[in-house]
Amino acid sequence: MTWLKDKISSPSKLNKSSQFDWDWVLVWVLRIMAAITGAIVLLIVIFLILESLPFLQVKGIGPFFTDQRWNPTEGLYNFTPMLWGTLLATMGSVVVATPLGIISALFCQYYAPVAIGNLYRRLIELLAGIPSVVYGFWGLVVLVPLINRLHPPGASLLAGIIILTIMILPTIALVADASFGKVPQEYLLGATSLGLSKWGTICNVVFPAAKSGLFTGVILTVGRAIGETMAVLMVCGNVVETPSSIFDPIRTLTANIALEMAYALGNHRSALFVSGLALMAIIVLLAVAAEVITVTSSPVTKNS
Amino acid sequence: MTVTNLDNLQATTQESVLMRTEQLSLSYGKKIAFEDVSIAINQSKITALVGPSGCGKSSFLSCLNRLTDLIDNCRVTGRIFLEKWDVMNRQIDTIALRRRVGHIFQKPNPFPLDLWKNFAFPLKEHGVKNRQEIDLIVERVLKDVGLWHEVKDRLKDSALALSGGQQQRLCIARALALEPEVLLMDEPCSALDPISSGVVEDLIASLRQKYAVLVVTHNLAQAKRIADYVGVFWVRDNRGKLIEFGEAKQVFESPQHDLTAAYISGHRG
Amino acid sequence: MKQEIIKSPISTILVWLVAVLVTGTFAWILGDIIFHGVGGISWEFLTTAPEDAGRSGGIGPILVSTGLILAVAMGVSVPLGVGTAILLAEFTSATNWFGRFVRRSLDILAGVPSIVFGLFGNAFFAKTLGLGFSILSGGLTLACMVLPILIRSAEEGLRGVPDELRLGAAALGLSRTATLFHLLLPAAIPGLLVGLVLGIGRAIAETAALVFTSGYVARMPQSLLDSGRSLSIHIFDLSMNISGGDTNAYGSALVLVILFLMINATAAWLAHQSSSKYNDSYQFR
Ligand SMILES: Nc1ncnc2c1ncn2[C@@H]1O[C@H](COP(=O)(O)OP(=O)(O)OP(=O)(O)O)[C@@H](O)[C@H]1O
Ligand SMILES: [Mg+2]
Repeated sequence: MTWLKDKISSPSKLNKSSQFDWDWVLVWVLRIMAAITGAIVLLIVIFLILESLPFLQVKGIGPFFTDQRWNPTEGLYNFTPMLWGTLLATMGSVVVATPLGIISALFCQYYAPVAIGNLYRRLIELLAGIPSVVYGFWGLVVLVPLINRLHPPGASLLAGIIILTIMILPTIALVADASFGKVPQEYLLGATSLGLSKWGTICNVVFPAAKSGLFTGVILTVGRAIGETMAVLMVCGNVVETPSSIFDPIRTLTANIALEMAYALGNHRSALFVSGLALMAIIVLLAVAAEVITVTSSPVTKNS
Repeated sequence: MTVTNLDNLQATTQESVLMRTEQLSLSYGKKIAFEDVSIAINQSKITALVGPSGCGKSSFLSCLNRLTDLIDNCRVTGRIFLEKWDVMNRQIDTIALRRRVGHIFQKPNPFPLDLWKNFAFPLKEHGVKNRQEIDLIVERVLKDVGLWHEVKDRLKDSALALSGGQQQRLCIARALALEPEVLLMDEPCSALDPISSGVVEDLIASLRQKYAVLVVTHNLAQAKRIADYVGVFWVRDNRGKLIEFGEAKQVFESPQHDLTAAYISGHRG
Repeated sequence: MKQEIIKSPISTILVWLVAVLVTGTFAWILGDIIFHGVGGISWEFLTTAPEDAGRSGGIGPILVSTGLILAVAMGVSVPLGVGTAILLAEFTSATNWFGRFVRRSLDILAGVPSIVFGLFGNAFFAKTLGLGFSILSGGLTLACMVLPILIRSAEEGLRGVPDELRLGAAALGLSRTATLFHLLLPAAIPGLLVGLVLGIGRAIAETAALVFTSGYVARMPQSLLDSGRSLSIHIFDLSMNISGGDTNAYGSALVLVILFLMINATAAWLAHQSSSKYNDSYQFR
């Protein structure tokens, strides 16, 4: 049997041989790949800044708030109507979608029979991924004419809020569903054995325990709503004006970029990148906020 | 209280010590799993480790072939020698080390490949590329563990289709195929039914001729039957210690430590 | 107590109402698209080129462009994503600074609005790298975008492989490279495929990131450096800029929805496969 001993790269010595170390190569190849992946975010920020700089260096941030209106061909760069547009559409949709999403999650977890609950969850998962252009298209051909009958012109803040609500509801519902799923079963049993009703249990036990998850979900959703472009662009009318009623058309920051990038040059292009940079900053801030909530609240949920 | 570890160590060094540890300690993060374990593993002998659950026996085994490298936040101090080689040294080729120190786990862990590939894959990685040679080795080690007649017609079937006892013997055979010098066995019979367990036990006893075997077992009767040396682990201050180590006969018949005495006579310490 | 007993049924009714409302709305959306779109779909529609700015004709070149954009996106992001996932899952501890940096930036990347990806793709791929408005620019932009999804599922797939395999392989003196390629990756393949399919789903749904990277040109692309119009952009353009394009827009939207549903069904099936694979074989402890 000694014949095998020679065949197997038999190390009578245990010193690292000078043999080529594939593990080392592998790890470094993987590290380079991961470094590229990790660098993408930095690259995005860097390029947004680079493209924004021409504007910011010459004019600063002032014009975005003090110019008379948004008219890049005349050199006027007031962003405020678009900021209002984004803010109102986002707030409106988050305010409507949050309760609906949370109730949807409650339905899955506590109200529906298991089979229906699972089916509903699959439906919501599906809806979270449906192309936004499909929602936008439906909004354009079905929703806008409906609103138009109610109050012309139809393409309006209201249409934007409705479409955004439909689009972000699944996200909230999924995050809420996940955080309800993490509430320990004993809590529920304990509450039920105290004679609390289902709704009472949900208010007094489930919500407090799932609080941080819900917050994180809402924050993620805000990011999604702010960033949504195509669907909003298709239903909101895109008039650059601060809306005075919910039936007025609006233009959001994202829609503005999508509409004008194709032909924007010089300062105009640079100004659009500034708005992109602002969007990016908001997203990072939201991510930090979500992180802070998760970190600060996790010990509480553990103890309670 | 500290037992005569070193005396025992000296007693055993007179024979052919293949592997030994000196003041070996291991901690997972802040939790110390075991502390100050000095032990010798002899050529052609079976050394058994016994002790209550959670006292660090499995952890101790994984130090000996540096499997601890794979575990996050795990820190090992002390010294381990294989012959004259310092196993803890960073310069050590862990691949060569693990080839020389085989490890059988408590739970059988065949690869999710067919039976033949379970042998061929490690053998090829260690430089045996010739098909005929691999076939010969497979047949030999499967015969060694008494599995050949059960599986010789199903070498192309998934190894996961075997019974638990067969899987464990497959794992032992797989380790043997690499011709290790030391075999670490972590409760190799605990997941098996009494009959398979008996088969594996006989197998371990027969391995004595060719290998230095270190076997962890919860089965004191088994240790008594097969072991030449016995080490007793115990949990004290929430960390594992080796409270007794010596020749099996002496440990079982005149234990030096009260806890050992209580443990082997079936009382709780 | 008394109050709650009275409240309870109302809350139940409310919850069911919301569920019905949500389901109804989505049924409405899908039903509308299927109802209006199904008449427009035919083999001819799928294979011929658009005519009259898309009002008539089909979507052949658009499907080709979409396929090419997806191929570029997945061709670049899959190796990069799988490599990163392997590093994160197999070679970095939870506390390692580099691993944490990569994870953190992926978290942010996952939240970046698609229009910002569009800006970046335009500035970096189209302008700085000189790829212009092309399938390549669009595909690369989408590659950046789907990386987080891809990496997350690939990592989950790898983490689903039981540690026994890693320890067992290491104990036999197998190198990590050999372990990875012979044991871990084959075992993680269902998870990797789920990631791939979800990535395709995300990429095919994307519009905003493509508007100024891959462009609008509806002709059959001759090379990856040609501009190519994706299906989603086609729908957008027909419905917004072309009056009388609604019929074909409906047809295209239905094609997109069907593709999307097929992709999702595949992902669900694969996920089911991967979850059942190991739990059966390593049951006893
Ligand atoms: N990977 C790990 N991370 C953290 N702690 C661990 C890890 N593995 C083991 N431990 C802890 O180390 C201690 C010793 O564990 P070990 O598995 O070595 O015990 P054991 O003697 O083999 O027990 P058993 O007889 O039940 O197999 C235990 O308290 C265990 O909780
Ligand atoms: Mg153990």
